Amino acid sequence: MHGLINRSLQIFLQDNYGPAKWVEMSKKAGAPTEGFEAMLSYDTGVTHALLESAESVLGKPRAALLEDLGSFIVSHGNEERVRRLLRFGGEDFVGFLHSLEDLRDRAQLAVPDLDMPVIEVRDEPPTRFQLICSEPFPGTSQVLQGVLWAMADDYGALVLIDLVPPSKPGEAAEISIELLDSSHTEGRSFRLASGAG
Amino acid sequence: MTTIQKTLSDAALAQLMPMSMCISGEGMITFAGPTLNKICPGRELVGAHVLEVFEVKRPRGTHALAQLLKQLGGQVHLGFVGQKDKGTLRGVWARTEDGGAVINLSFGIGVVDAVSTYDLNLGDFAPTDLAVEMLYLVEAKSAVTGELNSLTRRLENARNEAEKRAFTDTLTGLHNRRAMDAALARLIDGARDFALVHIDLDFFKQVNDTYGHAAGDHVLVHVAKVLCAEIEEDDLAVRIGGDEFLLILADCVSREALMKIALRVIDGLEVPIDFGDAVCRISASIGIAQSTLYAEPNADRILADTDTATYASKHAGRAQATMFEDLKSQQKQAAV
Repeated sequence: MHGLINRSLQIFLQDNYGPAKWVEMSKKAGAPTEGFEAMLSYDTGVTHALLESAESVLGKPRAALLEDLGSFIVSHGNEERVRRLLRFGGEDFVGFLHSLEDLRDRAQLAVPDLDMPVIEVRDEPPTRFQLICSEPFPGTSQVLQGVLWAMADDYGALVLIDLVPPSKPGEAAEISIELLDSSHTEGRSFRLASGAG
Repeated sequence: MTTIQKTLSDAALAQLMPMSMCISGEGMITFAGPTLNKICPGRELVGAHVLEVFEVKRPRGTHALAQLLKQLGGQVHLGFVGQKDKGTLRGVWARTEDGGAVINLSFGIGVVDAVSTYDLNLGDFAPTDLAVEMLYLVEAKSAVTGELNSLTRRLENARNEAEKRAFTDTLTGLHNRRAMDAALARLIDGARDFALVHIDLDFFKQVNDTYGHAAGDHVLVHVAKVLCAEIEEDDLAVRIGGDEFLLILADCVSREALMKIALRVIDGLEVPIDFGDAVCRISASIGIAQSTLYAEPNADRILADTDTATYASKHAGRAQATMFEDLKSQQKQAAV
Protein backbone atom coordinates (compact mmCIF):
# COMPACT_ATOMS: atom_id res chain seq x y z
CA MET A 1 0.00 0.00 0.00
CA HIS A 2 1.32 3.40 -0.95
CA GLY A 3 2.55 5.54 1.93
CA LEU A 4 0.38 8.45 0.76
CA ILE A 5 -2.74 6.42 1.51
CA ASN A 6 -1.49 5.13 4.86
CA ARG A 7 -0.38 8.61 5.82
CA SER A 8 -3.77 10.09 4.92
CA LEU A 9 -5.41 7.50 7.13
CA GLN A 10 -2.94 8.28 9.92
CA ILE A 11 -3.51 12.05 9.78
CA PHE A 12 -7.27 11.52 9.61
CA LEU A 13 -7.17 9.36 12.76
CA GLN A 14 -4.77 11.67 14.59
CA ASP A 15 -6.65 14.88 13.76
CA ASN A 16 -10.11 13.52 14.45
CA TYR A 17 -9.50 11.34 17.49
CA GLY A 18 -6.35 12.75 19.09
CA PRO A 19 -2.76 11.58 19.52
CA ALA A 20 -3.50 9.23 22.43
CA LYS A 21 -6.07 7.25 20.44
CA TRP A 22 -3.66 7.15 17.48
CA VAL A 23 -0.95 5.61 19.64
CA GLU A 24 -3.41 3.05 20.94
CA MET A 25 -4.67 2.14 17.46
CA SER A 26 -1.27 2.03 15.79
CA LYS A 27 0.27 -0.08 18.58
CA LYS A 28 -2.59 -2.52 18.43
CA ALA A 29 -2.21 -2.79 14.65
CA GLY A 30 1.58 -3.02 14.67
CA ALA A 31 1.71 0.16 12.54
CA PRO A 32 4.52 2.70 13.02
CA THR A 33 3.39 4.87 15.92
CA GLU A 34 5.73 7.68 14.80
CA GLY A 35 3.77 7.72 11.52
CA PHE A 36 3.97 6.58 7.92
CA GLU A 37 6.29 8.07 5.32
CA ALA A 38 4.22 9.42 2.44
CA MET A 39 6.74 8.40 -0.19
CA LEU A 40 7.46 4.84 0.93
CA SER A 41 5.51 1.67 0.30
CA TYR A 42 4.01 -0.50 3.04
CA ASP A 43 2.60 -3.97 3.26
CA THR A 44 -1.15 -3.89 2.67
CA GLY A 45 -1.64 -5.98 5.81
CA VAL A 46 -0.68 -2.95 7.94
CA THR A 47 -3.52 -0.91 6.43
CA HIS A 48 -6.02 -3.71 7.10
CA ALA A 49 -4.79 -4.09 10.66
CA LEU A 50 -4.95 -0.34 11.27
CA LEU A 51 -8.53 -0.13 10.00
CA GLU A 52 -9.46 -3.10 12.17
CA SER A 53 -7.98 -1.60 15.31
CA ALA A 54 -9.57 1.80 14.50
CA GLU A 55 -12.94 0.08 14.26
CA SER A 56 -12.57 -1.59 17.64
CA VAL A 57 -10.89 1.30 19.49
CA LEU A 58 -13.36 3.89 18.20
CA GLY A 59 -16.37 1.57 18.12
CA LYS A 60 -17.24 2.82 14.66
CA PRO A 61 -18.13 0.68 11.63
CA ARG A 62 -15.53 0.57 8.87
CA ALA A 63 -17.88 1.92 6.19
CA ALA A 64 -18.50 5.10 8.19
CA LEU A 65 -14.79 5.49 8.97
CA LEU A 66 -13.84 5.19 5.29
CA GLU A 67 -16.51 7.63 4.20
CA ASP A 68 -15.30 10.16 6.77
CA LEU A 69 -11.74 9.56 5.57
CA GLY A 70 -12.79 10.42 2.01
CA SER A 71 -14.39 13.69 3.10
CA PHE A 72 -11.41 14.47 5.32
CA ILE A 73 -8.90 14.02 2.49
CA VAL A 74 -10.76 16.65 0.45
CA SER A 75 -11.64 19.19 3.08
CA HIS A 76 -8.76 18.99 5.57
CA GLY A 77 -5.19 17.85 5.56
CA ASN A 78 -2.22 18.87 3.46
CA GLU A 79 -3.17 22.44 2.57
CA GLU A 80 -6.18 21.18 0.57
CA ARG A 81 -3.94 19.77 -2.11
CA VAL A 82 -6.29 16.92 -2.95
CA ARG A 83 -9.24 19.28 -3.22
CA ARG A 84 -7.33 21.52 -5.61
CA LEU A 85 -6.11 18.64 -7.74
CA LEU A 86 -9.68 17.34 -7.99
CA ARG A 87 -11.05 20.77 -8.87
CA PHE A 88 -8.77 20.80 -11.90
CA GLY A 89 -11.14 18.16 -13.27
CA GLY A 90 -14.07 20.36 -14.13
CA GLU A 91 -15.73 23.74 -13.89
CA ASP A 92 -18.89 22.38 -12.31
CA PHE A 93 -19.90 19.26 -10.40
CA VAL A 94 -20.96 17.43 -13.58
CA GLY A 95 -17.62 18.25 -15.22
CA PHE A 96 -15.95 16.95 -12.09
CA LEU A 97 -17.95 13.68 -12.20
CA HIS A 98 -16.94 13.14 -15.81
CA SER A 99 -13.29 13.82 -14.96
CA LEU A 100 -13.35 10.88 -12.52
CA GLU A 101 -12.79 8.59 -15.50
CA ASP A 102 -9.36 10.21 -15.82
CA LEU A 103 -8.68 10.12 -12.07
CA ARG A 104 -6.49 7.03 -12.15
CA ASP A 105 -4.39 8.25 -15.10
CA ARG A 106 -4.06 11.72 -13.64
CA ALA A 107 -2.97 10.46 -10.26
CA GLN A 108 -0.45 8.14 -11.84
CA LEU A 109 1.03 10.98 -13.89
CA ALA A 110 2.14 12.48 -10.58
CA VAL A 111 2.72 9.32 -8.52
CA PRO A 112 3.17 6.35 -10.88
CA ASP A 113 2.86 3.62 -8.25
CA LEU A 114 -0.31 4.98 -6.62
CA ASP A 115 -3.04 2.35 -6.99
CA MET A 116 -6.25 4.25 -7.72
CA PRO A 117 -9.65 2.83 -8.63
CA VAL A 118 -10.82 2.56 -12.23
CA ILE A 119 -14.02 4.58 -12.43
CA GLU A 120 -16.56 4.44 -15.21
CA VAL A 121 -19.13 7.24 -15.35
CA ARG A 122 -22.54 6.57 -16.89
CA ASP A 123 -24.91 9.45 -17.51
CA GLU A 124 -28.61 8.88 -17.00
CA PRO A 125 -29.99 12.21 -18.16
CA PRO A 126 -31.05 14.60 -17.03
CA THR A 127 -29.83 14.39 -13.41
CA ARG A 128 -28.69 10.89 -12.58
CA PHE A 129 -25.19 9.47 -12.77
CA GLN A 130 -23.90 5.99 -12.15
CA LEU A 131 -20.28 5.42 -11.13
CA ILE A 132 -18.80 1.94 -11.50
CA CYS A 133 -15.81 1.91 -9.19
CA SER A 134 -13.21 -0.87 -8.96
CA GLU A 135 -11.79 -1.69 -5.55
CA PRO A 136 -7.99 -2.07 -5.55
CA PHE A 137 -8.42 -2.12 -1.78
CA PRO A 138 -11.67 -3.28 -0.12
CA GLY A 139 -13.61 -0.18 0.85
CA THR A 140 -12.21 2.09 -1.88
CA SER A 141 -15.73 2.96 -3.02
CA GLN A 142 -16.65 4.05 0.50
CA VAL A 143 -13.72 6.46 0.51
CA LEU A 144 -14.86 7.72 -2.90
CA GLN A 145 -18.34 8.25 -1.49
CA GLY A 146 -16.87 10.55 1.16
CA VAL A 147 -14.85 12.35 -1.51
CA LEU A 148 -18.03 12.86 -3.56
CA TRP A 149 -19.93 14.36 -0.60
CA ALA A 150 -17.12 16.79 0.09
CA MET A 151 -16.66 17.76 -3.56
CA ALA A 152 -20.41 18.31 -4.03
CA ASP A 153 -20.19 20.66 -1.08
CA ASP A 154 -17.17 22.36 -2.61
CA TYR A 155 -18.98 22.98 -5.90
CA GLY A 156 -22.13 24.02 -4.06
CA ALA A 157 -24.16 21.15 -5.52
CA LEU A 158 -27.04 19.42 -3.72
CA VAL A 159 -26.85 15.67 -4.34
CA LEU A 160 -28.12 12.31 -3.16
CA ILE A 161 -25.48 9.58 -3.13
CA ASP A 162 -26.22 5.91 -2.82
CA LEU A 163 -23.60 3.18 -2.62
CA VAL A 164 -24.07 -0.48 -3.47
CA PRO A 165 -20.88 -2.20 -2.27
CA PRO A 166 -19.47 -5.06 -4.35
CA SER A 167 -21.24 -8.36 -3.77
CA LYS A 168 -17.93 -10.21 -3.82
CA PRO A 169 -14.45 -8.93 -2.91
CA GLY A 170 -12.59 -7.77 -5.99
CA GLU A 171 -15.73 -6.77 -7.88
CA ALA A 172 -16.75 -3.23 -8.67
CA ALA A 173 -19.04 -1.10 -6.52
CA GLU A 174 -21.87 1.02 -7.87
CA ILE A 175 -22.46 4.54 -6.74
CA SER A 176 -25.56 6.31 -7.94
CA ILE A 177 -25.76 10.06 -7.73
CA GLU A 178 -28.80 12.22 -8.13
CA LEU A 179 -28.03 15.86 -8.78
CA LEU A 180 -30.90 17.80 -7.21
CA ASP A 181 -29.43 21.28 -7.68
CA SER A 182 -26.09 22.05 -9.29
CA SER A 183 -25.88 25.50 -7.67
CA HIS A 184 -27.61 24.99 -4.36
CA THR A 185 -25.00 27.14 -2.61
CA GLU A 186 -22.28 29.31 -4.00
CA GLY A 187 -19.68 26.66 -3.28
CA ARG A 188 -16.07 27.54 -2.72
CA SER A 189 -14.03 29.53 -5.17
CA PHE A 190 -11.30 27.84 -7.14
CA ARG A 191 -8.53 29.51 -9.05
CA LEU A 192 -6.08 27.75 -11.30
CA ALA A 193 -3.17 29.79 -9.98
CA SER A 194 -1.65 27.80 -7.11
CA GLY A 195 -1.81 29.32 -3.67
CA ALA A 196 -4.90 31.29 -4.74
CA GLY A 197 -7.47 29.00 -3.09
CA MET B 1 -7.53 19.19 -54.47
CA THR B 2 -10.64 19.00 -52.41
CA THR B 3 -12.15 22.28 -51.38
CA ILE B 4 -14.74 22.37 -48.66
CA GLN B 5 -16.50 25.59 -47.93
CA LYS B 6 -16.14 26.27 -44.23
CA THR B 7 -17.58 29.21 -42.45
CA LEU B 8 -17.38 29.61 -38.72
CA SER B 9 -19.34 32.12 -36.68
CA ASP B 10 -17.50 34.24 -34.11
CA ALA B 11 -19.21 32.24 -31.38
CA ALA B 12 -17.95 28.99 -32.86
CA LEU B 13 -14.44 30.38 -33.22
CA ALA B 14 -14.56 31.62 -29.62
CA GLN B 15 -15.52 28.17 -28.44
CA LEU B 16 -12.98 26.28 -30.52
CA MET B 17 -10.07 28.67 -30.06
CA PRO B 18 -10.57 31.15 -27.21
CA MET B 19 -7.03 32.50 -27.78
CA SER B 20 -7.40 33.11 -31.51
CA MET B 21 -7.85 36.25 -33.60
CA CYS B 22 -8.69 37.00 -37.20
CA ILE B 23 -7.04 39.79 -39.16
CA SER B 24 -7.89 41.30 -42.49
CA GLY B 25 -5.43 41.56 -45.38
CA GLU B 26 -4.59 45.06 -44.12
CA GLY B 27 -3.82 43.75 -40.66
CA MET B 28 -6.93 45.00 -38.87
CA ILE B 29 -8.17 42.71 -36.10
CA THR B 30 -11.67 41.56 -37.02
CA PHE B 31 -12.17 39.01 -34.27
CA ALA B 32 -10.50 38.27 -30.93
CA GLY B 33 -11.27 35.22 -28.77
CA PRO B 34 -12.54 35.72 -25.20
CA THR B 35 -9.30 34.63 -23.49
CA LEU B 36 -7.21 36.86 -25.74
CA ASN B 37 -9.48 39.76 -24.80
CA LYS B 38 -9.13 38.84 -21.13
CA ILE B 39 -5.34 39.12 -21.20
CA CYS B 40 -5.49 42.56 -22.86
CA PRO B 41 -7.62 44.35 -20.29
CA GLY B 42 -8.77 47.87 -21.11
CA ARG B 43 -7.93 47.45 -24.75
CA GLU B 44 -10.44 46.99 -27.55
CA LEU B 45 -8.72 44.48 -29.83
CA VAL B 46 -11.31 44.35 -32.59
CA GLY B 47 -10.78 47.36 -34.85
CA ALA B 48 -7.16 47.87 -33.84
CA HIS B 49 -4.25 47.14 -36.17
CA VAL B 50 -2.52 43.92 -35.15
CA LEU B 51 0.92 45.61 -35.07
CA GLU B 52 -0.36 48.31 -32.69
CA VAL B 53 -0.95 45.59 -30.12
CA PHE B 54 1.44 42.79 -31.00
CA GLU B 55 5.07 42.68 -31.96
CA VAL B 56 6.17 39.81 -34.24
CA LYS B 57 9.12 38.10 -32.53
CA ARG B 58 9.26 35.08 -34.81
CA PRO B 59 9.85 34.58 -37.64
CA ARG B 60 12.76 36.90 -36.81
CA GLY B 61 13.16 40.06 -38.80
CA THR B 62 9.56 40.10 -39.92
CA HIS B 63 8.44 43.65 -39.50
CA ALA B 64 6.08 44.13 -42.36
CA LEU B 65 2.92 42.18 -41.99
CA ALA B 66 2.53 42.04 -45.77
CA GLN B 67 5.69 40.01 -45.89
CA LEU B 68 4.25 37.52 -43.43
CA LEU B 69 0.95 37.28 -45.22
CA LYS B 70 2.66 36.37 -48.47
CA GLN B 71 3.14 32.92 -47.05
CA LEU B 72 0.37 30.42 -46.56
CA GLY B 73 0.87 30.11 -42.85
CA GLY B 74 3.33 29.00 -40.23
CA GLN B 75 4.44 29.43 -36.66
CA VAL B 76 4.53 32.79 -35.02
CA HIS B 77 5.68 34.23 -31.68
CA LEU B 78 4.01 37.44 -30.63
CA GLY B 79 5.02 39.85 -27.89
CA PHE B 80 3.01 42.80 -26.60
CA VAL B 81 4.02 46.21 -27.93
CA GLY B 82 5.68 48.22 -25.18
CA GLN B 83 5.13 45.52 -22.53
CA LYS B 84 8.21 43.32 -22.48
CA ASP B 85 7.34 41.82 -19.08
CA LYS B 86 4.09 40.37 -20.41
CA GLY B 87 5.95 37.54 -22.08
CA THR B 88 5.54 35.96 -25.45
CA LEU B 89 2.57 34.12 -26.94
CA ARG B 90 3.22 31.20 -29.25
CA GLY B 91 0.93 30.32 -32.06
CA VAL B 92 0.21 29.21 -35.54
CA TRP B 93 -1.46 31.18 -38.31
CA ALA B 94 -3.08 30.29 -41.59
CA ARG B 95 -4.17 32.53 -44.45
CA THR B 96 -7.87 32.81 -45.14
CA GLU B 97 -9.44 33.02 -48.54
CA ASP B 98 -10.14 36.73 -48.19
CA GLY B 99 -6.40 37.40 -47.93
CA GLY B 100 -6.43 37.83 -44.16
CA ALA B 101 -5.36 35.30 -41.55
CA VAL B 102 -6.48 33.34 -38.49
CA ILE B 103 -3.89 33.26 -35.73
CA ASN B 104 -4.34 30.80 -32.87
CA LEU B 105 -2.22 31.55 -29.82
CA SER B 106 -1.18 29.86 -26.58
CA PHE B 107 0.91 30.70 -23.52
CA GLY B 108 3.41 27.91 -24.06
CA ILE B 109 5.50 27.26 -20.96
CA GLY B 110 4.51 30.71 -19.64
CA VAL B 111 1.07 29.36 -18.75
CA VAL B 112 1.96 28.95 -15.06
CA ASP B 113 2.65 32.66 -14.67
CA ALA B 114 -0.18 33.63 -17.01
CA VAL B 115 -2.92 31.99 -14.93
CA SER B 116 -1.98 34.03 -11.90
CA THR B 117 -1.23 37.26 -13.80
CA TYR B 118 -4.57 37.22 -15.63
CA ASP B 119 -6.53 35.16 -13.12
CA LEU B 120 -7.47 32.59 -15.74
CA ASN B 121 -9.78 29.68 -15.04
CA LEU B 122 -10.75 26.33 -16.45
CA GLY B 123 -13.25 27.89 -18.84
CA ASP B 124 -10.62 30.16 -20.36
CA PHE B 125 -8.91 27.21 -22.01
CA ALA B 126 -10.23 25.09 -24.85
CA PRO B 127 -10.81 21.51 -23.70
CA THR B 128 -8.27 20.39 -26.31
CA ASP B 129 -5.63 22.64 -24.76
CA LEU B 130 -3.45 20.65 -22.36
CA ALA B 131 -2.63 23.80 -20.38
CA VAL B 132 -4.85 22.75 -17.49
CA GLU B 133 -3.27 19.29 -17.40
CA MET B 134 0.10 20.98 -17.27
CA LEU B 135 -0.95 23.19 -14.36
CA TYR B 136 -2.31 20.13 -12.62
CA LEU B 137 1.00 18.36 -13.13
CA VAL B 138 3.03 21.33 -11.92
CA GLU B 139 0.98 21.40 -8.73
CA ALA B 140 1.06 17.63 -8.23
CA LYS B 141 4.79 17.62 -8.90
CA SER B 142 5.47 20.34 -6.31
CA ALA B 143 3.44 18.40 -3.76
CA VAL B 144 5.40 15.21 -4.44
CA THR B 145 8.72 17.06 -4.47
CA GLY B 146 7.78 18.66 -1.16
CA GLU B 147 7.11 15.26 0.37
CA LEU B 148 10.34 13.85 -1.03
CA ASN B 149 12.32 16.82 0.27
CA SER B 150 10.96 16.43 3.75
CA LEU B 151 11.64 12.68 3.62
CA THR B 152 15.23 13.41 2.57
CA ARG B 153 15.59 15.90 5.42
CA ARG B 154 14.31 13.42 7.98
CA LEU B 155 16.61 10.70 6.64
CA GLU B 156 19.57 13.08 6.72
CA ASN B 157 18.85 13.96 10.35
CA ALA B 158 18.49 10.29 11.22
CA ARG B 159 21.79 9.54 9.49
CA ASN B 160 23.61 12.29 11.39
CA GLU B 161 22.09 11.09 14.63
CA ALA B 162 23.11 7.49 13.92
CA GLU B 163 26.61 8.59 12.98
CA LYS B 164 26.95 10.60 16.16
CA ARG B 165 25.74 7.64 18.19
CA ALA B 166 28.17 5.32 16.43
CA PHE B 167 31.05 7.54 17.58
CA THR B 168 29.81 8.25 21.07
CA ASP B 169 30.07 6.43 24.37
CA THR B 170 26.49 6.40 25.58
CA LEU B 171 27.21 6.63 29.33
CA THR B 172 29.66 9.52 29.36
CA GLY B 173 28.94 11.24 26.04
CA LEU B 174 32.67 11.06 25.28
CA HIS B 175 33.89 9.64 21.98
CA ASN B 176 34.39 5.89 21.65
CA ARG B 177 37.05 3.66 20.16
CA ARG B 178 35.64 3.99 16.65
CA ALA B 179 35.93 7.76 16.86
CA MET B 180 39.46 7.36 18.26
CA ASP B 181 40.55 5.22 15.30
CA ALA B 182 39.11 7.74 12.84
CA ALA B 183 40.74 10.70 14.60
CA LEU B 184 44.16 9.04 14.78
CA ALA B 185 43.99 8.08 11.09
CA ARG B 186 43.11 11.69 10.24
CA LEU B 187 45.99 13.12 12.26
CA ILE B 188 48.53 10.66 10.87
CA ASP B 189 47.32 11.10 7.27
CA GLY B 190 47.49 14.86 7.70
CA ALA B 191 51.03 14.54 9.11
CA ARG B 192 50.02 16.56 12.17
CA ASP B 193 51.89 16.36 15.47
CA PHE B 194 49.87 15.10 18.39
CA ALA B 195 50.14 13.52 21.82
CA LEU B 196 48.18 10.73 23.47
CA VAL B 197 47.42 10.94 27.17
CA HIS B 198 46.24 7.57 28.44
CA ILE B 199 44.33 7.66 31.72
CA ASP B 200 43.68 4.55 33.76
CA LEU B 201 41.56 5.17 36.86
CA ASP B 202 42.94 4.07 40.22
CA PHE B 203 40.66 2.65 42.94
CA PHE B 204 37.67 2.59 40.57
CA LYS B 205 37.04 -1.10 41.27
CA GLN B 206 36.74 -0.31 44.98
CA VAL B 207 34.09 2.33 44.25
CA ASN B 208 32.12 -0.19 42.22
CA ASP B 209 32.51 -2.96 44.80
CA THR B 210 31.70 -0.74 47.79
CA TYR B 211 28.95 1.52 46.51
CA GLY B 212 27.59 -0.38 43.49
CA HIS B 213 27.46 0.19 39.76
CA ALA B 214 25.27 3.28 39.97
CA ALA B 215 28.03 4.99 41.95
CA GLY B 216 30.58 3.70 39.42
CA ASP B 217 28.58 5.18 36.54
CA HIS B 218 28.28 8.45 38.41
CA VAL B 219 32.05 8.57 38.84
CA LEU B 220 32.66 7.82 35.15
CA VAL B 221 30.40 10.70 34.13
CA HIS B 222 32.33 12.93 36.53
CA VAL B 223 35.64 11.80 34.99
CA ALA B 224 34.31 12.75 31.55
CA LYS B 225 33.64 16.28 32.83
CA VAL B 226 37.15 16.62 34.22
CA LEU B 227 38.68 15.43 30.93
CA CYS B 228 36.51 17.65 28.77
CA ALA B 229 37.83 20.67 30.66
CA GLU B 230 41.33 19.85 29.33
CA ILE B 231 40.61 19.65 25.62
CA GLU B 232 40.37 22.22 22.87
CA GLU B 233 38.42 22.28 19.66
CA ASP B 234 40.65 19.94 17.65
CA ASP B 235 41.20 17.51 20.54
CA LEU B 236 39.26 14.41 21.47
CA ALA B 237 38.38 12.84 24.81
CA VAL B 238 37.72 9.12 24.43
CA ARG B 239 36.47 6.40 26.74
CA ILE B 240 38.33 3.41 25.38
CA GLY B 241 37.12 0.83 27.87
CA GLY B 242 35.62 0.32 31.35
CA ASP B 243 37.78 2.76 33.34
CA GLU B 244 40.30 3.67 30.67
CA PHE B 245 40.31 7.01 28.92
CA LEU B 246 42.42 8.72 26.29
CA LEU B 247 43.00 12.33 25.36
CA ILE B 248 44.09 12.97 21.78
CA LEU B 249 45.75 16.37 21.78
CA ALA B 250 46.48 17.86 18.37
CA ASP B 251 49.59 20.05 17.87
CA CYS B 252 50.55 19.69 21.56
CA VAL B 253 53.85 17.84 22.02
CA SER B 254 55.85 19.84 24.58
CA ARG B 255 56.57 17.65 27.60
CA GLU B 256 56.05 20.55 30.04
CA ALA B 257 52.59 21.28 28.68
CA LEU B 258 51.66 17.59 28.61
CA MET B 259 52.87 16.96 32.18
CA LYS B 260 50.93 19.99 33.36
CA ILE B 261 47.75 18.66 31.78
CA ALA B 262 48.35 15.20 33.25
CA LEU B 263 48.88 16.54 36.76
CA ARG B 264 45.81 18.78 36.48
CA VAL B 265 43.77 15.72 35.48
CA ILE B 266 45.07 13.75 38.47
CA ASP B 267 44.31 16.68 40.81
CA GLY B 268 40.85 17.01 39.32
CA LEU B 269 40.10 13.32 39.70
CA GLU B 270 41.34 13.19 43.29
CA VAL B 271 38.70 15.66 44.42
CA PRO B 272 36.20 13.44 46.35
CA ILE B 273 32.99 12.78 44.42
CA ASP B 274 29.69 12.77 46.30
CA PHE B 275 27.18 10.11 45.43
CA GLY B 276 24.19 10.25 47.74
CA ASP B 277 25.62 9.69 51.21
CA ALA B 278 28.74 8.04 49.82
CA VAL B 279 31.96 9.85 49.03
CA CYS B 280 33.92 8.24 46.21
CA ARG B 281 37.67 8.71 45.98
CA ILE B 282 39.68 7.82 42.91
CA SER B 283 42.89 8.84 41.23
CA ALA B 284 44.57 8.03 37.94
CA SER B 285 47.73 6.55 36.47
CA ILE B 286 48.71 8.27 33.29
CA GLY B 287 50.97 7.44 30.36
CA ILE B 288 51.90 9.91 27.63
CA ALA B 289 53.46 9.53 24.19
CA GLN B 290 53.98 12.08 21.40
CA SER B 291 53.82 11.36 17.69
CA THR B 292 57.14 13.22 17.30
CA LEU B 293 58.98 10.27 18.93
CA TYR B 294 58.46 8.27 15.73
CA ALA B 295 59.88 8.64 12.25
CA GLU B 296 56.69 7.12 10.88
CA PRO B 297 53.92 7.38 13.46
CA ASN B 298 51.64 4.35 13.65
CA ALA B 299 48.45 4.43 15.72
CA ASP B 300 48.78 0.93 17.22
CA ARG B 301 52.40 1.49 18.10
CA ILE B 302 51.81 4.82 19.85
CA LEU B 303 48.84 3.39 21.74
CA ALA B 304 50.91 0.43 22.90
CA ASP B 305 53.65 2.79 24.09
CA THR B 306 51.23 4.98 26.09
CA ASP B 307 50.01 1.74 27.65
CA THR B 308 53.57 0.89 28.65
CA ALA B 309 53.99 4.34 30.20
CA THR B 310 50.69 4.00 32.09
CA TYR B 311 51.81 0.62 33.40
CA ALA B 312 55.02 2.25 34.62
CA SER B 313 52.95 4.84 36.52
CA LYS B 314 50.87 2.09 38.16
CA HIS B 315 54.00 0.15 38.97
CA ALA B 316 55.63 3.19 40.54
CA GLY B 317 52.75 3.57 43.03
CA ARG B 318 49.82 5.07 41.04
CA ALA B 319 48.48 8.65 40.97
CA GLN B 320 51.24 9.84 38.72
CA ALA B 321 52.10 10.44 35.07
CA THR B 322 54.92 8.95 32.98
CA MET B 323 56.27 10.18 29.64
CA PHE B 324 57.11 7.30 27.31
CA GLU B 325 60.18 9.22 26.08
CA ASP B 326 61.64 8.98 29.62
CA LEU B 327 61.18 5.22 29.63
CA LYS B 328 62.96 5.06 26.30
CA SER B 329 65.97 7.01 27.52
CA GLN B 330 66.09 4.91 30.75
CA GLN B 331 66.07 1.77 28.60
CA LYS B 332 68.91 3.20 26.55
CA GLN B 333 70.89 4.09 29.67
CA ALA B 334 70.26 0.61 31.08
CA ALA B 335 71.53 -0.89 27.85
CA VAL B 336 74.70 1.23 28.03
